[in-house]
Amino acid sequence: MNAPPSPSPSPAPPAPRRVVIDPVSRVEGHGKVTLLLDEHGRVQQARLHIVEFRGFESFIAGRPYWEVPVMVQRLCGICPVSHHLAASKALDRALGIRTVPPTADAVRRLMHHGQILQSHALHFFHLAAPDLLLGFDSDATQRHLLGVAAAHPDIARQGVLLRKFGQELIRITSGKRVHGTGSIPGGVNRHPTRAERDALAAQVPQMLDWCEQAVALIAGLHAQDPGLYAQFGHVRSRWMSLVGAGGAMDLYDGSLRVCAADGAVTHDGVDVQDYLGLIEEAAEPWTYMKFPYLRALGREAGWYRVGPLARMHTCSHIPTPRAEHARQRLLAHGPVHALLATHWARMIEMLHAMEVIADLLQDEALLGGALTTPLPPQPGGERSGVGVIEAPRGTLIHHYTLGDDDLVRWCNLIVSTTHNNQAMNESVRAVARTYFDGRAITEGLLNRIEVAIRAYDPCLSCATHALGRMPLQVQVLDAAGQVLDTALRHGDDRTERIAAAPRQGPA
Amino acid sequence: MRPPLLILAVGNPSRGDDALGPELLLQLEAAGLSAQGDVELLSDFQLQVEHALDLADRHAVLFVDAAHPGTVAGVALYPLLPALQAPRHSHALSAPEVLQVAQGLGLALPAAWQLALEGQCFALGAGLSPAARKHLAHALPQVQAWVQARRAGLAPATTRPESLRATPPPAPGAGGCAHTVPVRAGDG
Repeated sequence: MNAPPSPSPSPAPPAPRRVVIDPVSRVEGHGKVTLLLDEHGRVQQARLHIVEFRGFESFIAGRPYWEVPVMVQRLCGICPVSHHLAASKALDRALGIRTVPPTADAVRRLMHHGQILQSHALHFFHLAAPDLLLGFDSDATQRHLLGVAAAHPDIARQGVLLRKFGQELIRITSGKRVHGTGSIPGGVNRHPTRAERDALAAQVPQMLDWCEQAVALIAGLHAQDPGLYAQFGHVRSRWMSLVGAGGAMDLYDGSLRVCAADGAVTHDGVDVQDYLGLIEEAAEPWTYMKFPYLRALGREAGWYRVGPLARMHTCSHIPTPRAEHARQRLLAHGPVHALLATHWARMIEMLHAMEVIADLLQDEALLGGALTTPLPPQPGGERSGVGVIEAPRGTLIHHYTLGDDDLVRWCNLIVSTTHNNQAMNESVRAVARTYFDGRAITEGLLNRIEVAIRAYDPCLSCATHALGRMPLQVQVLDAAGQVLDTALRHGDDRTERIAAAPRQGPA
Repeated sequence: MRPPLLILAVGNPSRGDDALGPELLLQLEAAGLSAQGDVELLSDFQLQVEHALDLADRHAVLFVDAAHPGTVAGVALYPLLPALQAPRHSHALSAPEVLQVAQGLGLALPAAWQLALEGQCFALGAGLSPAARKHLAHALPQVQAWVQARRAGLAPATTRPESLRATPPPAPGAGGCAHTVPVRAGDG
């Protein structure tokens, strides 16, 4: 990992420089990319910085446990349902509840797959499609959702309506479009009415058809330009996710499985309660975001990827026929490490989620029955529980310890963007090595670095979206921190170069 | 049939002054604004593409959102038109982009306004800043006047465009926060 390249002869090597890109556009919050060059002007290392502080654990500690599933939704404006359910599952366990009633399980699963559907639809149609359908170097003023709408109106419309369908599933299962309270420790507090269920079930054939069209669309893009799609951001990695019984894809529950880059299963059946025996988190001085790794392999070799492409490899099969057929095509030639295949995997998962939704909407347990498991007698002392769920972007871990007073005494959250931290750095490095010309940040390089990061769909700073955000800023700094060049890309996509705008900043 | 007027507030109630929009909505609810049935109050973390569908069959819509420090002078109310802005920094859309998406879907667009409330601190777990509370108090009668004007079929008074400052906002985390709690970042 990060092995320096072999030096090549150079009579007058340029001074080491740092190239800073800040913030990364179309990614939640503020990110910054620093490219560390070697003495020959080649990219030696890439660092994705997180510049906004957050306090997940401080926000949660000290609260009564029954408030937690609702409060944690405010950690993320993009996938609040994932936090809602992961917290509920962790608290189930902490309270000694091993299973929830069939109605609660069906409602929670429907809510979760509604979140998967609407999140994947948002990412593909809103964030990825502009790059993929219009081209990385297309007119920047048109390379966004509305440009897609102009060029491909049917696709844009399908994206909006798929999201709306997913949001309706969340509403009927959680009680509200946002800030829902449906899942509680021990089960759920409501179930959909028959009328709500029937209204959504009537839309299933259309939604399934659109999901299949989306899979065909991305598969077709790969077929049209196999060279680009195979090579762009190619990084070999391990994979990790939950899998269900028999290794089947299960995005809601299961045990942890890890595969090597060649697809071989190296860790299997790991009880989520023992996740700390499987992974450990390392800190680096230049970022607040930690670097999880497999304990057995150590910090340098033990990094891995989570998310849609990982889940294609970790599962033995997808238990819904249309998605499994699509997965077989994706993996027809063995493991796939091409970064842009993440979008293909994401659409296969969207199809899988829709197939699961179709089945759940026919499950009579959804419409009635016991909603909660009675709370067992509580022993004295601390109680702990871990809840793991496969969120849209990857594995999400919630771990809580409760005190005698029922307040959260300690908690640990590992979110999917954190799991993918090292992988994102590796992907950016791979792209920058190919496209950085050794002199300056070009529009083409900038676009491609953003495409690489967006493939992971990171959400670096959740849920704040006030008016007046900063424009994209690009800086070139020398080893002493001297600004050599500054470029600003404004919200209207004007690019402004500021020749003499010295700024001291950390790399 | 949908209420003809929609007030759509955006923000996270647990991120300091980002709560300005949802908080204003709570105050409007408490004031009985929606009691007559002609005003719908909606709140969400962020504007997304599907919010375009909430604009269907409306006479007018008011988007309410917190603004970063220095981008507005306290409170600003101004009309909006659809715009092809590049969504460069977020999964979320701006209000003009939501209007544009609605137009692209073939919906008849309602008349639209933006109410921007200047915030100071957006830290997770922080409450409203004193300055934000002051802006909130000023905004409440403006929204009530906006509703009355729409009910009467009249255009409301708008803040002068000069109140929209051209200066860029300060760097994230700079100033205004009573506290911040650094730990880590990520998503679900």
